[in-house]
Amino acid sequence: MGRRVSLFVTCMVDQLFPQVGMAMADVLERAGCQVDFPEDQTCCGQPAFNSGYRNEARTVARHFLNTFEASEAVVVPSGSCTAMIVHHFAELFHKEPETLARVHALEKRVWEFSTFLTQVAGVEDVGACLERVVTFHDGCHGLRELGVKDAPRRLLAHVRGLELREMTPAEECCGFGGTFAVKFSELSGAMARTKIDAIQRTGASTVVSADPSCLMQIQGALTRAGSDIGTLHLAEVLASR
Amino acid sequence: MSTEFAQKSHEALVDAKLQLAIYTATGRLKEKRSDVVSDSALPDYQELRTQANAIKKHTIDNLDHYLEEFERNVEGHGGKVVYCKDGTEVSDFVLSLAKERAAHLIVKSKSMTTEEVDLNERLEHHGMESVETDLGEYILQLAHQRPYHIVAPALHMTRYQVADLFERELHVPRETAIEKQTALARAVLRQKFLAADVGISGANFLVADSGAVVIVENEGNARLTTSAPKIHIAVAGIEKVIPRAQDLATFLKLLARSATGQLLSVYTSFLSGPRRAGEIDGPDEFYVVLLDNGRTRLLPDKNKRQSLYCIRCGACLNTCPVYRKIGGHSFPWVYSGPIGAILTPQFMGVQHEPALPFASSLCGACGEVCPVKIDIPKILLELRSDVKKSDAREGRNRLEKLGFRAFAWLMTHPRMFEMAGRIGRSMGWPTSTKGPLAAWLSERDLPPLPAHSFRELWSRR
Repeated sequence: MGRRVSLFVTCMVDQLFPQVGMAMADVLERAGCQVDFPEDQTCCGQPAFNSGYRNEARTVARHFLNTFEASEAVVVPSGSCTAMIVHHFAELFHKEPETLARVHALEKRVWEFSTFLTQVAGVEDVGACLERVVTFHDGCHGLRELGVKDAPRRLLAHVRGLELREMTPAEECCGFGGTFAVKFSELSGAMARTKIDAIQRTGASTVVSADPSCLMQIQGALTRAGSDIGTLHLAEVLASR
Repeated sequence: MSTEFAQKSHEALVDAKLQLAIYTATGRLKEKRSDVVSDSALPDYQELRTQANAIKKHTIDNLDHYLEEFERNVEGHGGKVVYCKDGTEVSDFVLSLAKERAAHLIVKSKSMTTEEVDLNERLEHHGMESVETDLGEYILQLAHQRPYHIVAPALHMTRYQVADLFERELHVPRETAIEKQTALARAVLRQKFLAADVGISGANFLVADSGAVVIVENEGNARLTTSAPKIHIAVAGIEKVIPRAQDLATFLKLLARSATGQLLSVYTSFLSGPRRAGEIDGPDEFYVVLLDNGRTRLLPDKNKRQSLYCIRCGACLNTCPVYRKIGGHSFPWVYSGPIGAILTPQFMGVQHEPALPFASSLCGACGEVCPVKIDIPKILLELRSDVKKSDAREGRNRLEKLGFRAFAWLMTHPRMFEMAGRIGRSMGWPTSTKGPLAAWLSERDLPPLPAHSFRELWSRR
């Protein structure tokens, strides 16, 4: 035991949802990991990359690379940020062979939270307990770029008192999409309302996801609609006792 | 954001009836597709996709070779191949042939390629009558609208709207039963088939090794279009060529399943040349118009040219949460949905509708269902970068560029990032009437700001 793990909490969790990062650290420690937090970390650069500003994204990606290169494993509470690092950093550095080699070496050690727990730490039961009926929202990048589908469900299945009710469709986008949410706000809001309809049909009181940005969109739309359904990050569920 | 795209999207979003029509129709197609490509229904689905992608890649990489082979084989069957660089050349060819043969009436089967060059309008402008014979396309021709969807062109219309349209345009009693509406259209179209001088079709595949045009359809109108009139002209984009007849085993399995959830379309026609001596059916003259219309402009880009692999199944539209909200007519060109969002900027230039590649949450559902594995999300991202490069050259969107420069600076200066966050939290969410925050608030609430950042909590742990 004592596997060394570095947290990359993402800029959003750092600034808006710190409790998600604390919960993740707690769960990882319970899973026997030795957790550190490289303090120079900021963002993966995805906002710039998705907005078409590749030079700016490259600058931020390089900073990430410098910050985490020494880490044995990097765990991220977001499928989307993980996908940016493990799939898109390589695109940013395809003209810099040396940096590209460093990227390839690092991307193998960067893990989405639920995947890390189930595949690397080999844990499915973290001893969590939460009396709640929940539904799970698949974040698109985690689902389609990383194949995160079963891992969070296996983890939830071991939470005492928790009942998971799948929504249909669980795999449809919540409409966040980064700057898309504000550039096309009316469209993004309409997508969120379709998602909320699917959530409400399950009768769950809480929406769980492994992506904080989806949760911000879903919670924002739920509150706006006057719903009392809440949202929790998977890490928060797993940290419940 | 350009006003027209934004305006049309808005109009679609606030039209409750239209929302229901799009969502229901695409939902049905989406479900049918996923049933027939499931692991139990088609265990080798993923291998088929990989194969289809490899065949398309090989063909597009060697496009000149296969086009020449196709041309040789069509001519060997007594047909003619005509290369056209744009819509004007297509209509010039059709008009001059029609003039030589004293032809006036054209029947058409469904073809996105002819929609792409507004062929009907061009021919009508010169006094020809060109009649769409696919039911959906016929409805739209009467309504003077362009296709709403690549496969289901009148997907947005209800039978009540069609009833009004037929009553007004065909001067028939109002009829809301779909079977009766079909019978009405059929009665009109049957006469057109019998009287037509020329039949114009599209093509789903051009088979190089056998010089055959392959057309799949469900209504039988394409078979009539290509066999009843004395002249058949097939109009196809140059990317429609595939090397061998045996490749159809891959593509036909994927096309109908992806498009409509059928195992095979009702009719699959293999057309190779005019009627031979002793044959009963078929045209006297057989032409294949190979259209460029900007396709060769895509070839130099080794990644983005995979956009030419598209077999026009429409699966990406049905699964796209954006298409399912804003529909087909919001898009600036005949190709809508995810495939339209990558084709339009490449064919017409990124500044034609610069918002288009950004009108996506990048959810990736399109890439997941594409039967030829076009990496649509990746191309959207590249096009976004192309738009920004073009903006920079032309001095557009300077403020946004400045914003992202500031973002990159802040994200490479962790202490400043930390301080900015602390100041932000102490001031609370700003109240603003425009900009990103106001746009967020127009649809959703903001999360409450936490008292401390993660790094602050961590340092006290």
